[in-house]
Amino acid sequence: MNDTRLKILTFIEKNSRVDLKELAVVLGMEEDMVSKEIKDMENEGIICGFHTIIDWDKLAAEKVTAMIEVRVTPQRGKGFDDIAERIYKYPEVTSVYLMSGSFDLMVMLEGKTLKEVSTFVTEKLATLETVINTQTNFVLKKYKDHGTVLTKKYEDNRMPIVP
Amino acid sequence: MSYVARQVENMKPSGIRKFFDIVSEMEDAISLGVGEPDFDTPWHIRDEGIYSLEKGRTFYTSNSGLMELRKEICNYLKRRFDVSYEPAKEVLVTVGGSEAIDVGLRAVINPGEGEEVLIPQPSYVSYEPCAVLAGAKPVIIQLCNENQFRLTKQELLDAVTDKTKVLILPFPNNPTGAVLTEQDLRDIAEVCIERDILVMSDEIYAELTYDRDHVSIASIPGMKERTILINGFSKSYAMTGWRLGYACGPEEIISQMMKIHQYAIMCAPTTSQYAAVEALKNGDDDVVKMREAYNQRRRFLLNAFKEMDLPCFEPFGAFYVFPCIKKYGMTSEEFATEFLKQEKVAVVPGTAFGDSGEGFIRISYAYSIENLKIAIAKLKDFVGRLQK
Repeated sequence: MNDTRLKILTFIEKNSRVDLKELAVVLGMEEDMVSKEIKDMENEGIICGFHTIIDWDKLAAEKVTAMIEVRVTPQRGKGFDDIAERIYKYPEVTSVYLMSGSFDLMVMLEGKTLKEVSTFVTEKLATLETVINTQTNFVLKKYKDHGTVLTKKYEDNRMPIVP
Repeated sequence: MSYVARQVENMKPSGIRKFFDIVSEMEDAISLGVGEPDFDTPWHIRDEGIYSLEKGRTFYTSNSGLMELRKEICNYLKRRFDVSYEPAKEVLVTVGGSEAIDVGLRAVINPGEGEEVLIPQPSYVSYEPCAVLAGAKPVIIQLCNENQFRLTKQELLDAVTDKTKVLILPFPNNPTGAVLTEQDLRDIAEVCIERDILVMSDEIYAELTYDRDHVSIASIPGMKERTILINGFSKSYAMTGWRLGYACGPEEIISQMMKIHQYAIMCAPTTSQYAAVEALKNGDDDVVKMREAYNQRRRFLLNAFKEMDLPCFEPFGAFYVFPCIKKYGMTSEEFATEFLKQEKVAVVPGTAFGDSGEGFIRISYAYSIENLKIAIAKLKDFVGRLQK
Protein backbone atom coordinates (compact mmCIF):
# COMPACT_ATOMS: atom_id res chain seq x y z
CA MET A 1 0.00 0.00 0.00
CA ASN A 2 0.97 3.60 -0.61
CA ASP A 3 3.00 4.65 2.46
CA THR A 4 1.95 8.31 2.28
CA ARG A 5 -1.71 7.39 2.35
CA LEU A 6 -1.19 4.91 5.16
CA LYS A 7 0.55 7.55 7.28
CA ILE A 8 -2.14 10.14 6.65
CA LEU A 9 -4.97 7.71 7.37
CA THR A 10 -3.37 6.32 10.52
CA PHE A 11 -3.10 9.83 11.89
CA ILE A 12 -6.52 11.20 10.95
CA GLU A 13 -8.30 8.04 11.96
CA LYS A 14 -7.52 9.05 15.53
CA ASN A 15 -7.63 12.80 15.08
CA SER A 16 -9.73 14.07 12.22
CA ARG A 17 -9.74 17.62 13.55
CA VAL A 18 -6.05 18.25 12.82
CA ASP A 19 -5.56 21.09 10.36
CA LEU A 20 -3.75 20.46 7.10
CA LYS A 21 -0.70 22.53 7.93
CA GLU A 22 -0.09 20.73 11.19
CA LEU A 23 -0.72 17.35 9.60
CA ALA A 24 1.89 18.11 6.94
CA VAL A 25 4.39 19.19 9.62
CA VAL A 26 4.03 16.15 11.85
CA LEU A 27 4.15 13.74 8.93
CA GLY A 28 7.09 15.55 7.34
CA MET A 29 5.23 16.07 4.04
CA GLU A 30 4.33 18.99 1.82
CA GLU A 31 0.99 20.58 2.63
CA ASP A 32 -0.12 20.50 -1.01
CA MET A 33 0.56 16.81 -1.26
CA VAL A 34 -1.33 16.01 1.94
CA SER A 35 -4.29 18.08 0.77
CA LYS A 36 -4.32 16.38 -2.63
CA GLU A 37 -4.06 12.87 -1.16
CA ILE A 38 -6.96 13.53 1.21
CA LYS A 39 -9.13 14.89 -1.59
CA ASP A 40 -8.26 11.93 -3.80
CA MET A 41 -9.07 9.49 -1.03
CA GLU A 42 -12.41 11.20 -0.45
CA ASN A 43 -13.20 10.92 -4.16
CA GLU A 44 -12.14 7.29 -4.24
CA GLY A 45 -14.39 6.51 -1.31
CA ILE A 46 -11.45 5.56 0.93
CA ILE A 47 -12.24 8.35 3.37
CA CYS A 48 -16.00 8.03 3.80
CA GLY A 49 -16.78 10.54 6.51
CA PHE A 50 -15.68 12.12 9.78
CA HIS A 51 -17.33 11.30 13.08
CA THR A 52 -17.16 12.35 16.69
CA ILE A 53 -16.96 9.80 19.45
CA ILE A 54 -19.57 10.71 22.04
CA ASP A 55 -20.36 9.07 25.33
CA TRP A 56 -24.10 9.77 25.33
CA ASP A 57 -24.46 8.17 28.76
CA LYS A 58 -22.63 11.08 30.35
CA LEU A 59 -25.23 13.42 28.91
CA ALA A 60 -28.01 11.30 30.37
CA ALA A 61 -29.46 11.41 26.88
CA GLU A 62 -32.14 8.91 26.10
CA LYS A 63 -30.46 6.56 23.76
CA VAL A 64 -30.53 2.81 23.39
CA THR A 65 -28.10 0.85 21.27
CA ALA A 66 -28.84 -2.68 20.15
CA MET A 67 -26.86 -5.24 18.20
CA ILE A 68 -29.17 -7.52 16.33
CA GLU A 69 -28.06 -10.84 14.93
CA VAL A 70 -30.08 -11.61 11.82
CA ARG A 71 -30.29 -14.90 9.94
CA VAL A 72 -31.54 -14.57 6.39
CA THR A 73 -32.02 -16.69 3.27
CA PRO A 74 -29.59 -15.47 0.63
CA GLN A 75 -31.18 -14.77 -2.75
CA ARG A 76 -30.04 -16.42 -5.93
CA GLY A 77 -27.67 -14.18 -7.92
CA LYS A 78 -27.70 -11.46 -5.30
CA GLY A 79 -26.47 -13.13 -2.15
CA PHE A 80 -26.93 -10.88 0.84
CA ASP A 81 -26.54 -7.49 -0.82
CA ASP A 82 -30.20 -6.77 -1.50
CA ILE A 83 -31.43 -7.69 1.92
CA ALA A 84 -28.56 -5.75 3.52
CA GLU A 85 -29.55 -2.71 1.50
CA ARG A 86 -33.18 -2.97 2.54
CA ILE A 87 -32.04 -2.97 6.14
CA TYR A 88 -29.40 -0.24 6.03
CA LYS A 89 -31.78 2.22 4.38
CA TYR A 90 -33.57 2.69 7.70
CA PRO A 91 -32.00 5.78 9.28
CA GLU A 92 -32.08 4.29 12.78
CA VAL A 93 -29.72 1.54 11.60
CA THR A 94 -26.13 2.70 12.26
CA SER A 95 -24.15 -0.26 10.92
CA VAL A 96 -24.75 -3.43 8.96
CA TYR A 97 -22.06 -6.11 8.64
CA LEU A 98 -22.11 -9.45 6.84
CA MET A 99 -20.73 -12.00 9.28
CA SER A 100 -19.18 -15.43 9.26
CA GLY A 101 -20.47 -17.82 11.92
CA SER A 102 -23.90 -18.74 13.21
CA PHE A 103 -25.78 -15.73 11.83
CA ASP A 104 -25.51 -13.63 8.68
CA LEU A 105 -26.01 -9.94 9.33
CA MET A 106 -25.02 -7.87 12.35
CA VAL A 107 -27.32 -4.89 12.48
CA MET A 108 -26.58 -2.07 14.88
CA LEU A 109 -29.40 0.15 15.79
CA GLU A 110 -29.94 3.28 17.81
CA GLY A 111 -33.29 4.21 19.25
CA LYS A 112 -34.67 6.43 21.98
CA THR A 113 -36.23 3.67 24.05
CA LEU A 114 -36.24 -0.10 24.35
CA LYS A 115 -39.74 -0.05 23.00
CA GLU A 116 -38.74 1.86 19.91
CA VAL A 117 -35.99 -0.66 19.17
CA SER A 118 -38.18 -3.68 19.76
CA THR A 119 -40.92 -2.21 17.59
CA PHE A 120 -38.43 -1.79 14.80
CA VAL A 121 -37.28 -5.38 15.12
CA THR A 122 -40.72 -6.96 15.31
CA GLU A 123 -42.45 -4.78 12.77
CA LYS A 124 -39.77 -3.88 10.24
CA LEU A 125 -36.91 -6.33 10.47
CA ALA A 126 -38.54 -9.65 11.35
CA THR A 127 -41.28 -9.18 8.79
CA LEU A 128 -38.89 -8.99 5.83
CA GLU A 129 -39.58 -12.16 3.90
CA THR A 130 -35.97 -13.35 3.64
CA VAL A 131 -35.35 -12.94 7.38
CA ILE A 132 -35.43 -16.31 9.14
CA ASN A 133 -34.95 -15.08 12.68
CA THR A 134 -33.42 -12.31 14.80
CA GLN A 135 -31.77 -12.02 18.16
CA THR A 136 -31.64 -8.61 19.79
CA ASN A 137 -28.82 -7.71 22.20
CA PHE A 138 -29.00 -4.41 24.05
CA VAL A 139 -25.81 -2.55 24.93
CA LEU A 140 -25.66 -1.92 28.66
CA LYS A 141 -22.43 0.08 28.88
CA LYS A 142 -19.79 1.21 26.43
CA TYR A 143 -16.26 0.85 27.76
CA LYS A 144 -14.31 1.45 24.59
CA ASP A 145 -15.45 2.68 21.21
CA HIS A 146 -13.40 3.16 18.04
CA GLY A 147 -10.18 2.58 19.97
CA THR A 148 -11.06 5.19 22.58
CA VAL A 149 -11.64 4.27 26.20
CA LEU A 150 -14.78 6.05 27.37
CA THR A 151 -14.74 5.14 31.02
CA LYS A 152 -11.38 6.60 32.04
CA LYS A 153 -9.38 9.70 31.23
CA TYR A 154 -5.64 9.65 30.57
CA GLU A 155 -3.63 10.66 33.59
CA ASP A 156 0.04 11.51 33.53
CA ASN A 157 1.46 9.81 36.59
CA ARG A 158 5.09 10.46 35.85
CA MET A 159 7.30 12.58 38.09
CA PRO A 160 7.51 16.05 36.55
CA ILE A 161 11.28 16.07 36.07
CA VAL A 162 13.37 13.02 35.33
CA PRO A 163 16.99 13.10 34.09
CA MET B 1 34.23 13.13 62.82
CA SER B 2 31.95 12.73 59.83
CA TYR B 3 30.90 9.23 59.00
CA VAL B 4 30.36 10.20 55.40
CA ALA B 5 32.86 9.22 52.73
CA ARG B 6 34.61 12.19 51.20
CA GLN B 7 34.21 11.10 47.60
CA VAL B 8 30.47 10.75 48.10
CA GLU B 9 30.15 14.00 49.98
CA ASN B 10 32.01 15.76 47.18
CA MET B 11 29.64 14.40 44.60
CA LYS B 12 27.43 17.12 43.15
CA PRO B 13 23.73 16.54 43.69
CA SER B 14 21.84 16.18 40.44
CA GLY B 15 21.36 19.63 38.88
CA ILE B 16 17.67 19.14 38.30
CA ARG B 17 16.71 18.51 41.90
CA LYS B 18 15.99 22.20 42.44
CA PHE B 19 13.58 22.31 39.51
CA PHE B 20 11.92 19.17 40.64
CA ASP B 21 11.19 20.79 44.00
CA ILE B 22 9.76 23.97 42.46
CA VAL B 23 7.62 22.13 39.93
CA SER B 24 6.28 19.71 42.53
CA GLU B 25 5.10 22.66 44.63
CA MET B 26 3.52 24.45 41.72
CA GLU B 27 -0.06 23.71 40.88
CA ASP B 28 -1.03 23.35 37.21
CA ALA B 29 2.58 23.51 36.02
CA ILE B 30 3.27 21.90 32.68
CA SER B 31 6.41 19.84 32.47
CA LEU B 32 8.54 19.17 29.44
CA GLY B 33 11.18 17.77 31.71
CA VAL B 34 10.40 14.10 31.79
CA GLY B 35 13.00 11.64 30.57
CA GLU B 36 10.69 8.68 30.18
CA PRO B 37 8.02 7.64 27.66
CA ASP B 38 4.47 8.87 28.11
CA PHE B 39 3.09 5.59 26.78
CA ASP B 40 1.97 2.86 29.09
CA THR B 41 3.85 -0.40 28.76
CA PRO B 42 1.99 -2.26 25.97
CA TRP B 43 -0.75 -4.37 27.51
CA HIS B 44 0.45 -7.75 26.23
CA ILE B 45 3.74 -7.14 28.04
CA ARG B 46 2.04 -6.09 31.28
CA ASP B 47 -0.27 -9.07 30.95
CA GLU B 48 2.71 -11.42 30.75
CA GLY B 49 4.10 -9.87 33.95
CA ILE B 50 0.75 -10.38 35.68
CA TYR B 51 0.56 -13.95 34.38
CA SER B 52 4.00 -14.72 35.77
CA LEU B 53 2.79 -13.55 39.19
CA GLU B 54 -0.35 -15.67 38.93
CA LYS B 55 1.78 -18.68 38.11
CA GLY B 56 3.81 -18.01 41.24
CA ARG B 57 7.04 -17.19 39.44
CA THR B 58 8.18 -15.13 42.38
CA PHE B 59 11.61 -16.59 43.05
CA TYR B 60 15.14 -15.46 42.20
CA THR B 61 16.32 -16.17 38.70
CA SER B 62 19.89 -17.16 37.92
CA ASN B 63 22.27 -14.29 38.66
CA SER B 64 22.77 -13.49 35.00
CA GLY B 65 19.05 -13.50 34.32
CA LEU B 66 16.56 -16.01 32.89
CA MET B 67 18.21 -18.05 30.16
CA GLU B 68 15.13 -17.58 27.98
CA LEU B 69 15.48 -13.82 28.30
CA ARG B 70 19.20 -13.86 27.53
CA LYS B 71 18.48 -15.92 24.42
CA GLU B 72 15.82 -13.45 23.31
CA ILE B 73 18.20 -10.55 23.94
CA CYS B 74 20.78 -12.21 21.69
CA ASN B 75 18.17 -12.89 18.97
CA TYR B 76 17.08 -9.30 19.19
CA LEU B 77 20.57 -7.80 18.95
CA LYS B 78 21.34 -10.03 15.99
CA ARG B 79 18.05 -9.20 14.27
CA ARG B 80 18.17 -5.44 14.80
CA PHE B 81 21.84 -4.49 14.93
CA ASP B 82 23.68 -7.49 13.52
CA VAL B 83 25.78 -8.22 16.60
CA SER B 84 26.10 -11.78 17.90
CA TYR B 85 26.46 -12.67 21.54
CA GLU B 86 26.54 -15.97 23.39
CA PRO B 87 23.55 -16.08 25.83
CA ALA B 88 25.35 -18.25 28.37
CA LYS B 89 28.51 -16.20 28.72
CA GLU B 90 28.23 -12.78 27.18
CA VAL B 91 24.97 -11.36 28.58
CA LEU B 92 24.09 -9.98 32.01
CA VAL B 93 20.55 -8.87 32.83
CA THR B 94 20.68 -5.84 35.12
CA VAL B 95 18.45 -3.49 37.09
CA GLY B 96 18.03 -0.96 34.33
CA GLY B 97 20.81 0.29 32.10
CA SER B 98 21.96 2.30 35.14
CA GLU B 99 23.19 -0.74 37.01
CA ALA B 100 25.06 -1.92 33.93
CA ILE B 101 26.94 1.40 33.78
CA ASP B 102 27.91 1.19 37.46
CA VAL B 103 28.85 -2.48 37.47
CA GLY B 104 30.64 -2.24 34.14
CA LEU B 105 32.90 0.56 35.31
CA ARG B 106 33.63 -1.12 38.63
CA ALA B 107 34.55 -4.33 36.83
CA VAL B 108 37.22 -2.71 34.69
CA ILE B 109 38.72 0.13 36.76
CA ASN B 110 41.63 -0.33 39.17
CA PRO B 111 40.70 2.23 41.81
CA GLY B 112 43.13 4.98 42.63
CA GLU B 113 45.55 4.23 39.79
CA GLY B 114 44.55 7.26 37.78
CA GLU B 115 42.87 5.28 35.04
CA GLU B 116 40.88 7.65 32.87
CA VAL B 117 37.31 7.30 31.71
CA LEU B 118 36.39 9.57 28.81
CA ILE B 119 32.90 11.01 29.14
CA PRO B 120 31.46 13.05 26.30
CA GLN B 121 29.07 15.72 27.62
CA PRO B 122 26.31 16.83 27.56
CA SER B 123 25.18 13.37 28.54
CA TYR B 124 23.21 11.42 31.09
CA VAL B 125 23.95 12.38 34.67
CA SER B 126 25.27 9.12 36.07
CA TYR B 127 28.45 8.41 34.09
CA GLU B 128 30.68 10.82 35.97
CA PRO B 129 29.66 9.84 39.51
CA CYS B 130 29.83 6.14 38.60
CA ALA B 131 33.34 6.61 37.24
CA VAL B 132 34.38 8.43 40.43
CA LEU B 133 32.88 5.73 42.66
CA ALA B 134 34.70 3.10 40.64
CA GLY B 135 37.94 4.92 41.46
CA ALA B 136 38.62 6.26 37.98
CA LYS B 137 39.52 9.75 36.88
CA PRO B 138 36.68 11.09 34.73
CA VAL B 139 37.85 13.11 31.74
CA ILE B 140 35.15 15.20 30.11
CA ILE B 141 34.98 15.70 26.36
CA GLN B 142 32.97 18.84 25.63
CA LEU B 143 30.79 18.15 22.62
CA CYS B 144 29.64 21.10 20.60
CA ASN B 145 26.68 22.42 18.70
CA GLU B 146 28.77 22.96 15.53
CA ASN B 147 29.09 19.16 15.23
CA GLN B 148 25.43 18.58 16.19
CA PHE B 149 26.85 17.26 19.47
CA ARG B 150 28.43 14.25 17.76
CA LEU B 151 31.75 12.94 19.04
CA THR B 152 34.41 13.57 16.40
CA LYS B 153 37.63 11.71 15.91
CA GLN B 154 39.65 14.84 16.64
CA GLU B 155 37.85 15.52 19.91
CA LEU B 156 38.54 11.94 20.94
CA LEU B 157 42.21 12.09 19.93
CA ASP B 158 42.64 15.32 21.89
CA ALA B 159 41.35 13.67 25.04
CA VAL B 160 43.18 10.35 24.86
CA THR B 161 46.26 9.88 27.06
CA ASP B 162 48.34 6.86 28.10
CA LYS B 163 46.02 6.57 31.08
CA THR B 164 42.82 6.33 29.02
CA LYS B 165 41.05 3.06 29.71
CA VAL B 166 37.39 3.52 28.86
CA LEU B 167 35.38 5.65 26.46
CA ILE B 168 31.72 6.09 27.29
CA LEU B 169 29.69 6.40 24.13
CA PRO B 170 26.23 7.79 24.95
CA PHE B 171 24.39 7.76 21.60
CA PRO B 172 21.56 8.27 20.73
CA ASN B 173 22.10 10.95 23.29
CA ASN B 174 20.18 12.21 26.27
CA PRO B 175 19.87 15.30 26.44
CA THR B 176 20.81 16.42 22.92
CA GLY B 177 19.09 13.80 20.77
CA ALA B 178 22.30 13.49 18.75
CA VAL B 179 23.12 10.26 16.92
CA LEU B 180 26.39 9.13 15.37
CA THR B 181 26.67 8.07 11.76
CA GLU B 182 28.30 4.82 10.78
CA GLN B 183 31.30 6.81 9.54
CA ASP B 184 31.59 8.58 12.92
CA LEU B 185 31.61 5.17 14.58
CA ARG B 186 34.28 3.84 12.21
CA ASP B 187 36.48 6.85 12.99
CA ILE B 188 36.01 6.37 16.72
CA ALA B 189 36.62 2.63 16.38
CA GLU B 190 39.92 3.30 14.64
CA VAL B 191 41.17 5.36 17.58
CA CYS B 192 39.93 2.86 20.15
CA ILE B 193 41.61 -0.06 18.41
CA GLU B 194 44.83 1.88 17.87
CA ARG B 195 44.99 3.08 21.48
CA ASP B 196 43.50 -0.06 23.02
CA ILE B 197 40.51 1.64 24.63
CA LEU B 198 37.44 -0.17 25.96
CA VAL B 199 34.13 1.32 24.84
CA MET B 200 31.07 1.40 27.06
CA SER B 201 28.31 2.03 24.55
CA ASP B 202 25.06 3.11 26.17
CA GLU B 203 22.48 2.32 23.50
CA ILE B 204 19.36 2.60 25.64
CA TYR B 205 17.74 4.82 22.97
CA ALA B 206 18.78 2.58 20.06
CA GLU B 207 15.18 1.98 18.99
CA LEU B 208 14.36 5.66 18.99
CA THR B 209 16.08 7.00 15.90
CA TYR B 210 14.24 8.82 13.16
CA ASP B 211 14.61 8.63 9.41
CA ARG B 212 17.72 6.49 9.92
CA ASP B 213 18.64 3.24 11.70
CA HIS B 214 20.85 3.00 14.73
CA VAL B 215 24.24 1.40 14.22
CA SER B 216 25.92 -0.26 17.19
CA ILE B 217 29.65 0.27 17.53
CA ALA B 218 29.90 -3.41 18.47
CA SER B 219 29.01 -4.25 14.86
CA ILE B 220 32.12 -2.46 13.56
CA PRO B 221 34.90 -5.00 12.86
CA GLY B 222 37.39 -5.25 15.71
CA MET B 223 35.08 -3.58 18.23
CA LYS B 224 32.95 -6.35 19.72
CA GLU B 225 35.90 -7.62 21.78
CA ARG B 226 36.44 -4.14 23.24
CA THR B 227 32.85 -3.04 23.77
CA ILE B 228 30.42 -3.30 26.65
CA LEU B 229 27.07 -2.80 24.98
CA ILE B 230 24.37 -1.49 27.30
CA ASN B 231 20.71 -1.50 26.45
CA GLY B 232 17.40 -2.07 28.19
CA PHE B 233 13.65 -2.04 28.04
CA SER B 234 12.82 1.34 29.57
CA LYS B 235 12.78 3.56 26.51
CA SER B 236 12.01 1.20 23.63
CA TYR B 237 9.09 -0.60 25.30
CA ALA B 238 8.03 2.14 27.73
CA MET B 239 9.06 -0.01 30.71
CA THR B 240 10.95 2.46 32.93
CA GLY B 241 9.38 1.35 36.19
CA TRP B 242 10.16 -2.31 35.55
CA ARG B 243 13.87 -1.52 36.04
CA LEU B 244 15.35 -3.86 33.51
CA GLY B 245 18.40 -3.52 31.32
CA TYR B 246 21.33 -5.59 30.15
CA ALA B 247 24.99 -5.55 29.30
CA CYS B 248 26.64 -7.62 26.58
CA GLY B 249 30.34 -7.98 26.02
CA PRO B 250 33.38 -10.20 26.10
CA GLU B 251 33.05 -13.12 28.52
CA GLU B 252 36.17 -11.90 30.34
CA ILE B 253 34.36 -8.70 31.38
CA ILE B 254 30.78 -9.92 31.70
CA SER B 255 31.86 -12.70 34.08
CA GLN B 256 33.47 -10.10 36.36
CA MET B 257 30.46 -7.79 36.15
CA MET B 258 28.33 -10.79 37.06
CA LYS B 259 30.25 -11.20 40.33
CA ILE B 260 29.53 -7.63 41.44
CA HIS B 261 25.91 -7.94 40.34
CA GLN B 262 25.62 -11.24 42.21
CA TYR B 263 26.82 -9.74 45.49
CA ALA B 264 25.12 -6.37 45.21
CA ILE B 265 21.82 -7.23 43.54
CA MET B 266 21.48 -11.02 43.32
CA CYS B 267 19.31 -10.88 40.21
CA ALA B 268 17.10 -8.45 38.31
CA PRO B 269 13.38 -8.49 39.22
CA THR B 270 11.80 -11.78 38.13
CA THR B 271 8.42 -10.37 37.08
CA SER B 272 10.14 -7.83 34.88
CA GLN B 273 12.24 -10.52 33.25
CA TYR B 274 9.18 -12.54 32.23
CA ALA B 275 7.52 -9.42 30.86
CA ALA B 276 10.70 -8.57 28.96
CA VAL B 277 10.70 -11.96 27.21
CA GLU B 278 7.27 -11.10 25.85
CA ALA B 279 8.47 -7.62 24.82
CA LEU B 280 11.32 -9.05 22.77
CA LYS B 281 9.22 -11.84 21.26
CA ASN B 282 6.14 -9.86 20.29
CA GLY B 283 6.88 -6.18 20.82
CA ASP B 284 8.35 -5.09 17.48
CA ASP B 285 5.07 -3.52 16.31
CA ASP B 286 4.71 -1.52 19.52
CA VAL B 287 8.15 -0.05 19.00
CA VAL B 288 7.29 0.94 15.43
CA LYS B 289 4.11 2.69 16.56
CA MET B 290 5.75 4.57 19.41
CA ARG B 291 8.70 5.58 17.23
CA GLU B 292 6.31 7.03 14.64
CA ALA B 293 4.49 9.00 17.33
CA TYR B 294 7.76 10.41 18.70
CA ASN B 295 8.87 11.31 15.21
CA GLN B 296 5.65 13.29 14.63
CA ARG B 297 6.21 15.25 17.81
CA ARG B 298 9.85 15.82 16.94
CA ARG B 299 8.85 17.34 13.61
CA PHE B 300 6.17 19.40 15.32
CA LEU B 301 8.67 20.89 17.79
CA LEU B 302 11.39 21.60 15.23
CA ASN B 303 8.86 23.38 13.05
CA ALA B 304 7.58 25.40 16.02
CA PHE B 305 11.15 26.44 16.91
CA LYS B 306 11.73 27.53 13.35
CA GLU B 307 8.59 29.64 13.44
CA MET B 308 9.61 31.35 16.67
CA ASP B 309 13.19 31.70 15.46
CA LEU B 310 14.69 29.58 18.23
CA PRO B 311 17.86 27.95 16.91
CA CYS B 312 18.00 24.17 17.23
CA PHE B 313 19.99 21.56 15.29
CA GLU B 314 17.93 18.66 14.00
CA PRO B 315 18.35 15.73 16.37
CA PHE B 316 17.63 12.25 15.02
CA GLY B 317 17.45 10.23 18.22
CA ALA B 318 15.96 9.72 21.69
CA PHE B 319 13.00 11.99 22.58
CA TYR B 320 14.72 15.27 23.25
CA VAL B 321 15.43 18.46 21.42
CA PHE B 322 18.18 20.77 22.60
CA PRO B 323 17.54 24.31 21.43
CA CYS B 324 20.12 27.06 21.90
CA ILE B 325 19.00 29.98 24.07
CA LYS B 326 22.26 31.95 24.02
CA LYS B 327 20.80 34.85 22.06
CA TYR B 328 18.58 35.81 24.98
CA GLY B 329 21.62 36.65 27.08
CA MET B 330 20.72 34.33 29.92
CA THR B 331 22.33 31.21 31.32
CA SER B 332 20.48 27.94 30.85
CA GLU B 333 19.50 27.94 34.48
CA GLU B 334 18.24 31.53 34.41
CA PHE B 335 16.23 30.80 31.30
CA ALA B 336 14.68 27.66 32.76
CA THR B 337 13.95 29.35 36.09
CA GLU B 338 12.33 32.39 34.49
CA PHE B 339 10.33 30.28 32.06
CA LEU B 340 9.03 28.21 34.94
CA LYS B 341 8.20 31.27 37.04
CA GLN B 342 6.54 33.26 34.27
CA GLU B 343 4.82 30.58 32.24
CA LYS B 344 4.73 27.61 34.62
CA VAL B 345 6.43 25.36 32.12
CA ALA B 346 9.36 23.22 33.24
CA VAL B 347 12.31 22.43 31.00
CA VAL B 348 15.72 21.18 32.07
CA PRO B 349 18.75 23.50 31.79
CA GLY B 350 21.45 22.01 29.57
CA THR B 351 24.00 22.45 32.35
CA ALA B 352 22.32 19.63 34.29
CA PHE B 353 24.09 17.35 31.80
CA GLY B 354 27.52 18.95 31.92
CA ASP B 355 29.16 22.36 31.47
CA SER B 356 29.00 22.11 27.69
CA GLY B 357 25.21 22.20 28.01
CA GLU B 358 25.48 25.89 28.92
CA GLY B 359 23.39 27.98 26.56
CA PHE B 360 20.95 25.15 25.84
CA ILE B 361 17.79 23.69 27.33
CA ARG B 362 16.47 20.16 27.08
CA ILE B 363 12.89 19.77 25.97
CA SER B 364 11.41 16.30 26.10
CA TYR B 365 8.80 15.26 23.57
CA ALA B 366 7.53 12.33 25.54
CA TYR B 367 4.19 14.17 25.59
CA SER B 368 1.14 14.19 23.36
CA ILE B 369 1.04 16.79 20.60
CA GLU B 370 -1.93 18.41 22.38
CA ASN B 371 0.24 18.96 25.47
CA LEU B 372 3.20 20.12 23.45
CA LYS B 373 1.01 22.64 21.68
CA ILE B 374 -0.02 24.29 24.93
CA ALA B 375 3.56 24.37 26.23
CA ILE B 376 4.99 25.66 22.96
CA ALA B 377 2.49 28.51 22.83
CA LYS B 378 3.79 29.54 26.25
CA LEU B 379 7.38 29.23 25.10
CA LYS B 380 6.56 31.45 22.14
CA ASP B 381 5.08 34.10 24.43
CA PHE B 382 8.09 33.88 26.72
CA VAL B 383 10.80 34.24 24.07
CA GLY B 384 8.68 36.89 22.36
CA ARG B 385 8.91 38.99 25.51
CA LEU B 386 12.67 38.35 25.80
CA GLN B 387 13.29 39.51 22.27
CA LYS B 388 11.75 42.91 22.90
